[in-house]
Amino acid sequence: MAIAAELDEPFAQADRSQTTKIVLARVLIYGALIIWAIVCLFPIYWTITTAFKSAIDVTHGHLVPWFDYVPNWKGWRSIGLSPDTIFEISTPRHEFISRFENSVFAAIGSSLLALVLGSCAAYGLSRFTYKFGPMKNDDILFFFISQLILPPVVLALPFLVLYKELALLDTRIGLIFVYTLTVLPIVIWIMRDQFNTIPVELDEAALVDGLSIWGVFFRIILPITLPGMVAAFILSLVLTWNEYFFAALLTATDAKTLPVMVASQTGSQGINWWSMAALSAAAIAPLVIVGIFLERYIVKGLSTGAVK
Amino acid sequence: MTASASIAAIDEPEFDDPDVSGSRGRAAGGKALIWATSVLFAGVLIVQILYAAGAIEFGFANWRPVLYAYALWGIGLGVGQVMARGEAGLRALFVLPATLFTLAVAIFPTLFGFYIASLDWNLAATGGPHFNNFNNFVQMFHDSYYWNALVNMVFYVAMVLVEYAIAFGLALLLNAEIRARKFFRVAFLIPFMLSPVAVSWMIGKSLMEYRFGPLARLARDLGWQTPAFFAYPWTARFTIEALDAWMWIPFMVILLLAGLQAMSKEVLEAAKVDGATPWQAFWKVTFPLMLPVSITTLLIRIIFKLKLADIVITVTGGGPGGATDTISSFIYRVYADRSNVGYGTALAMFYLVLIILFLTLLLRVAKRFTRNVI
Repeated sequence: MAIAAELDEPFAQADRSQTTKIVLARVLIYGALIIWAIVCLFPIYWTITTAFKSAIDVTHGHLVPWFDYVPNWKGWRSIGLSPDTIFEISTPRHEFISRFENSVFAAIGSSLLALVLGSCAAYGLSRFTYKFGPMKNDDILFFFISQLILPPVVLALPFLVLYKELALLDTRIGLIFVYTLTVLPIVIWIMRDQFNTIPVELDEAALVDGLSIWGVFFRIILPITLPGMVAAFILSLVLTWNEYFFAALLTATDAKTLPVMVASQTGSQGINWWSMAALSAAAIAPLVIVGIFLERYIVKGLSTGAVK
Repeated sequence: MTASASIAAIDEPEFDDPDVSGSRGRAAGGKALIWATSVLFAGVLIVQILYAAGAIEFGFANWRPVLYAYALWGIGLGVGQVMARGEAGLRALFVLPATLFTLAVAIFPTLFGFYIASLDWNLAATGGPHFNNFNNFVQMFHDSYYWNALVNMVFYVAMVLVEYAIAFGLALLLNAEIRARKFFRVAFLIPFMLSPVAVSWMIGKSLMEYRFGPLARLARDLGWQTPAFFAYPWTARFTIEALDAWMWIPFMVILLLAGLQAMSKEVLEAAKVDGATPWQAFWKVTFPLMLPVSITTLLIRIIFKLKLADIVITVTGGGPGGATDTISSFIYRVYADRSNVGYGTALAMFYLVLIILFLTLLLRVAKRFTRNVI
């Protein structure tokens, strides 16, 4: 304060305009942040609230529960998940749960398989030198990662034909294979980066201590890279849980996943908004929860490899 | 240094030492195992091919045993490698499973796809496949819907630059000194977690619903009297793009934010001391330093953009009049309507070739850019 008083008049003025500038900048920054946060969150808010609306609330555009409409369980009742129907037998719920199970199996199964295959390959490529004909380490790595550019549409129809012959159409194991393929490049990319950050001296010390190379991998290296593996696993989970294209083509009744069920419901005309909203809310809920609590891992998974 | 070197020197003979004849016998056993499983796999494959072709009477009901034989061959190869080559075999075991998997699930189906692409094969018809002189490709060149979808893809890919600009802005905001950063980071991430199919309903079919959707109401309040988001080609195209951008901007924000956080603060401080305005500091310091991260982000985003299909299929089905079609959604429709695998695969394979050419070119350009910066 004392120093400010000693300052010359023009100086103080400059100082004041500086402060207003800073305040203005703050307002703009927070304004932009809040607007984008609303853009991100409003659709979810809308879906969840609509799941508790009746027709009249939808047509009148009511938005705030208890304030301009009274929430009810209609939407959840239609898929058998409301408090009064949850213990009764309900075909929609039965279908929902079986689709949900398929999604869980396909997503977790393929993410695990990709993690096992990918971690081993990534560790090998990060530690040893291979030579397969003209292909060296970098070429082998490129061979794996370049699979990322394969669009689902290129593989979808060949897979349809092959799976038909292999009797894998409409099976969970068939889906797991395809999904593993789609996330394997990402897992290898992330995990190789993780292994590269661990000094080779650690491996050498463990080898000297008498471990075999697989012993080193399992007992020394894997525990260190566990956070990286979790990141790769969760990222795979996100991508495979939401996958629609392959599931729509390769499954029919038994192995149908949640996205296919949601899509088939949207397709039908005159579907009730509340039941659709309840279904969508239930379908996105697991990953929204994952996103809220495991954000750290997703960020880690995405940013390793891309940022050196 | 010398200690480890001497240990290695002692180690060396120890590996080969335990009686030479035993390890030689093991090596022979390993080779024999590889040969045996290879022969078994080849045998099963040949029997099944002959059976499917009708040349022999016996065979399997479906091709599943061939898959088992392949898996067995893979195991035999792995175990045999270890037995025959010892340490080197153990090392090879790290990449072998992933390689065999990728060969079976990615490379083989792609090659098989090129074969299907030359066939006229209607799965719904009883006739089965027959070769049609690459008629599929001739037909493709006259398929105006396909070329229209390709032009749409150019639009969608070009819009990645707009997404990038928005994402960069958001990343800068998140990197500023703000409170509740954790909340904003989670909030900004959420759209990436949602299934495109659910988003199609949540936004495309309900928020944007012509009569009751809140977004349609908002548009009316803002003066657009007929907020039909999917009725006209250009509005539909932009709306689909907006939906896709909404889901993928979080991904770009995360990558760019990580890049910003990895950047050294000193350079920016130095620029500030030298009297650079924030605007200058951004263009002269931040942006050039972020170029490598930016290029990686753009490349990955473009790769995923080239796969765009789900929201188009579920929201517009490619309409109005193919205005929002992507290659993937168009092929999906071609298959769903005509169940002609041959033609659909031909379209997809041509697209794959285009993608590979485009991305190779892009990688070349990207390399030149990053080299100029560093």
